[in-house]
Amino acid sequence: MIVKLAAIFFSMILVNNYVLVKFYGICPFLGVSKKLDSSLGMSAAVIFVMFMSTAVTFPIQIFVLDPADLGYLQTIVFILVIAVLVQFIEIFLKKYMVSLYNALGVYLPLITTNCCVLAVTILVVDDYGADVQTLGFAAAYIESLVCAIGSGVGFMLAMCMFSGVRKRVEVCDAPGPFKGLPITLVAAAITSLSFMGFGGIVESLFNVTL
Amino acid sequence: MSIVLAVVLCTVVGALGAVILVAASKFMAVEEDPRIEQITGCLAGANCGGCGYAGCADYAKAIVMDGVACDKCAPGGAKSAAAIGKIMGTEVSAVAKKAVVQCQGNKDNCKPSYEYKGIQSCAAAAALYGGPKDCSFACAGFGDCVKACKFDAIHIVNGVAVVDQDKCTGCGACAAVCPKHVIMIQSAGPDKPVVMCSNCDRGPVAMKECATACIACGMCQRNCPSDAIHVTDNLARIDYDKCTGCGTCVAKCPKKIITYPLKKNA
Repeated sequence: MIVKLAAIFFSMILVNNYVLVKFYGICPFLGVSKKLDSSLGMSAAVIFVMFMSTAVTFPIQIFVLDPADLGYLQTIVFILVIAVLVQFIEIFLKKYMVSLYNALGVYLPLITTNCCVLAVTILVVDDYGADVQTLGFAAAYIESLVCAIGSGVGFMLAMCMFSGVRKRVEVCDAPGPFKGLPITLVAAAITSLSFMGFGGIVESLFNVTL
Repeated sequence: MSIVLAVVLCTVVGALGAVILVAASKFMAVEEDPRIEQITGCLAGANCGGCGYAGCADYAKAIVMDGVACDKCAPGGAKSAAAIGKIMGTEVSAVAKKAVVQCQGNKDNCKPSYEYKGIQSCAAAAALYGGPKDCSFACAGFGDCVKACKFDAIHIVNGVAVVDQDKCTGCGACAAVCPKHVIMIQSAGPDKPVVMCSNCDRGPVAMKECATACIACGMCQRNCPSDAIHVTDNLARIDYDKCTGCGTCVAKCPKKIITYPLKKNA
């Protein structure tokens, strides 16, 4: 079990990186990666929100939507739940954990309905929803939570790496039409290409099939 | 039948969320000082960061919560400082801050020491032998400050940065990016003189490097009636706490580099 969880965790960071391999959350990836400290703050907020929303939406899918045969309502219900949850977390942090609010506060509203958060909750149901029958709910739930944290850490890795790349790109003497966003997109494409090299590494490392 | 269930489910989820949020905002409400919002309205709203805080709202918060001085908003100037003072109940007299480029080494005054063909940025050029001018303290002239300025108030004229005093708000963004540190934020007002040079080389060397260099002759120091100007590290420096703006140094400087850059038509 632990081996499988570790494999899930690392595959979400390297092989199935949400930003660089699956191309979710490109908007914050390009928007907030200019400085290392802001990209760190944003990623911390993303990890936090991904974990919390998966923790809430996975049981909703298993215990509410699936028994009622309303799987097609997944998107709309998840968006609703995530939006409410993020708003609630913001209010809660402001009241009881001011230091955490100061660190994450600016970024929380930005990711309320960010696509990578929604993608994690939906893909986790696709990947581990079936495990509820075979392994039981608790095991599937833990798998999905580990997967959510791994996705967030993968997001953080991509953001921090890319903020370093961007620092170099900013001072480079790019041809006129490429200056600014175009050269940044080219750099992002090359960074993403480099992540393709991780394909299959986790399966062979942990000797499991995911 | 299933459509009814779907509609009911969505409604229930939405209503539940609404109830939770309303309850949360009621029971976990954090009381914010209404003055914070008022002060944010008085600030310039440029979010330039010149005050040293993360934005206008952050600075407004610092004024109310930590009692920070209310004259730090450079773009808002004396007007917003007075408005904030009124809200906070304190009187302030703020002098408008302006940026001054302490270098006049343009292409005529200061010859290039080598031909620079690299990245067109002061930061990159300054890393190569202190910049492509004879004087290694001079404005590099590639306009990193121009890019940093949000108010279109600084421009490269004949190879040296020149501040448009009408547009300058004194936010300090240019001074922060200048790798040569030749931009100073003058907060003493237009009646005080400024040494328009940053060269710290010894006199004879400085004289060869630039036609408008401070040669550290000490004429200003000897003649100042209020002991406000001193030559340290081969460069005249003014102590604005003591300076009365009498103009003796301006008249005595043999290189005519001490001027009133902020005075209109001076």
